[in-house]
Amino acid sequence: MQDSTKPVAKTPQKIREKSISERVATFDEVVLGYQETEALEEALRCLQCKNPVCTSGCPVGIDIKKFIYQITQKDYSGAYFTIKEKNNFPSICGRVCPAEYQCRKTCVFTKKGSPFASERTINIHFLERFVGDFGMKNDLEIASKFDEKFGDKKVAVVGSGPAGLCCAGELARVGIKVTVFESLHDTGGVLRYGIPPFRLPRNILDFEIGCLKELGVEIIPNFIIGRTQMLDELFQEGYSAIFLGMGAGVPSFLSVPGENLGNVYSANEFLTRVNLMNAYKYPEYHTPVNIGKKMIVIGGGNTAMDAARVALRLQKMNGIPPATTIFYRRTEIEMPARRLEIEHAKEEGIKFEFLVQPVGFSGDENGQVQKLRCLKCELGTPDSSGRRKPVAIQGSEFDSDCDLAIIALGLQANTILTSVTPEIQVDKYKDVIVDKETMQTSMRGVYAGGDIVGGEGTVIEAMGMAKKAARSIIQYLGEKA
Amino acid sequence: MQIIEKTILTETATDRITKFKIQSPHIARKALPGQFVVLMITEKSERVPLTVVETNPQAGTVTVIVQEIGFSTKLLGKLNVGDSLFAFVGPLGHPTEIKNYGKVILVGGGVGIAEIYLVAKALKEKGNHVVSVLGARTHALLILENEMRNASNELYIATDDGSYGRKGFTTDVVNELLSKSRYDIVYAVGPIPMMKRVADVTKPHQVKTMVSLNSLMVDATGMCGGCRVTVGNEVKFTCVDGPEFEADLVDWEELIKRNKVYVQKEKHLCKIAPNQ
Repeated sequence: MQDSTKPVAKTPQKIREKSISERVATFDEVVLGYQETEALEEALRCLQCKNPVCTSGCPVGIDIKKFIYQITQKDYSGAYFTIKEKNNFPSICGRVCPAEYQCRKTCVFTKKGSPFASERTINIHFLERFVGDFGMKNDLEIASKFDEKFGDKKVAVVGSGPAGLCCAGELARVGIKVTVFESLHDTGGVLRYGIPPFRLPRNILDFEIGCLKELGVEIIPNFIIGRTQMLDELFQEGYSAIFLGMGAGVPSFLSVPGENLGNVYSANEFLTRVNLMNAYKYPEYHTPVNIGKKMIVIGGGNTAMDAARVALRLQKMNGIPPATTIFYRRTEIEMPARRLEIEHAKEEGIKFEFLVQPVGFSGDENGQVQKLRCLKCELGTPDSSGRRKPVAIQGSEFDSDCDLAIIALGLQANTILTSVTPEIQVDKYKDVIVDKETMQTSMRGVYAGGDIVGGEGTVIEAMGMAKKAARSIIQYLGEKA
Repeated sequence: MQIIEKTILTETATDRITKFKIQSPHIARKALPGQFVVLMITEKSERVPLTVVETNPQAGTVTVIVQEIGFSTKLLGKLNVGDSLFAFVGPLGHPTEIKNYGKVILVGGGVGIAEIYLVAKALKEKGNHVVSVLGARTHALLILENEMRNASNELYIATDDGSYGRKGFTTDVVNELLSKSRYDIVYAVGPIPMMKRVADVTKPHQVKTMVSLNSLMVDATGMCGGCRVTVGNEVKFTCVDGPEFEADLVDWEELIKRNKVYVQKEKHLCKIAPNQ
């Protein structure tokens, strides 16, 4: 096992990052990743538990103990294949997974009862990323297990976000012919339009999606299932099964006065303009985005952090003194965002106003937002999620100047397809109802996974559901064969 | 996504309106009157929403008409037969409700005439008595006169400068029509100020009036809310809840102001890259 002559580091290996002053002036990646020696040191800290509980925290069940051991043996290819058995996208997940709520939280180094992983836990996500990037650099090919009985089977996948891509990969690996239909002009779903390049560089996204094409997956952009074509038409065209991975893409708003003033954006719009349409490279790219002198982002999740960090960069890049503030109803400890992103946001100079509840916007004579009015809050009793509920304090109104506001309150189901497909049953949130074991919807041969099933979740949770659906589809096609 | 036909409908010293027939079999099969498409000219372009003017399911073509008014529409105008668009997606939005209403007034202003053409044809086929009122700044900018004449039972034309038809606005004609006779529905498409004026004119006559709104859009699939409008005190997304709404319920002031948020940026882009 471990080399007993070498002392094992007790503290985690720090991850290398771009300097703060350098990174806020660009959209380049902030976290630079481990070099080999650092990855080795970190891997050696793993206790190689007899009963590894870390894997239970991973929604796709990566054999974490094994791949970390393989790193200690410098068998990086082996580690890559160990991860790839369960996860098609290690370089993406190693970057965007909220590991402190998942695999790291179940690591034995986490203190009992802690809301997220302790500092001392193994940096599993950074190790996964190191291995994924190794595989990418060395062009390691994944062996497919083509099964001849699937040779004439076609499956359609709706949506090219994390769920759709994962499902497509799983199906293609056994030799099923997969076509992915994407409504936008580019692939990746939230990985492309939501997560900014400084968290997920586009070459990495393109590489991991490109791997699917090598497996024979066909991706058709600019094609909206439910508009351009319907589900029954896909069946008529010879698709034997369909996977729905449309996600939760409809933004929630505050429903307060003044919300439709100019320069009040949903985070989805703001981020889509910048990340998908490349508005930060305007005018080389033609889609504009406005930049305020005082920007306010409302919300406490990853989307809020992304929007604020994008906003601050746009200010920097345009010679505006950075002034971007996040307004959140609870306190820092309740923020659902990744701890690392909260730290990054603070380091980069983003201000936080906690325990505040927006009650309305007011604007200038041209209808552009000028001020945000808020109430102060205190934390009351815990709600159904176990988080203490913010309670507004009467008479505590105050105004904040803001010439651009971004609302990052969360997302709801995309109903473009379900609204025209009554055969698919949805619940009161318009999420698609599935059999939890098979992920099959109420329509025969149609399966679903990701945010369209579970509401707003994480990338890896979406992939976990997609894998489950893929197993069912393979079984379903096997029975039909 | 290949352009298979390009026709310049009208060209003056300052304005140009161009018609493109684009190969897109799926959209050609599905698009209905009132729906729109989104296109991107190059991978660096904006996503531009345009109404479907005509479809030919057999040939697999979709026709759009564009007034070359800003940076992206001028860029589009430079494309020629054989060129391909980077993206062409649809059909989007709800189709117009086509049924036998009885007597219908259709109002088209400027390039909006292109947008009521398919609706006029469909309504006439359903047995409606279709009265079309076309408006243009000047005679040279009037498009689809013959097509609209064939698609209508009665046709009226107004130009701002009086160079053709009667001098004045479409709303003058609409007001007169409504004063003389009872109509079952008015349907107006054109610049926002025109649609707002139509709403003002029809309101006292208590006739149901529908407008097709042209809010700013990005994805046009309901994902961003950039196109949101207030209709009857409710927030609606033009791209998925519309683009048609009851004119009487639209908060016009808000729409006008929201549509102006990128005016400076648009001017800047046109100035720095005029010949792209």
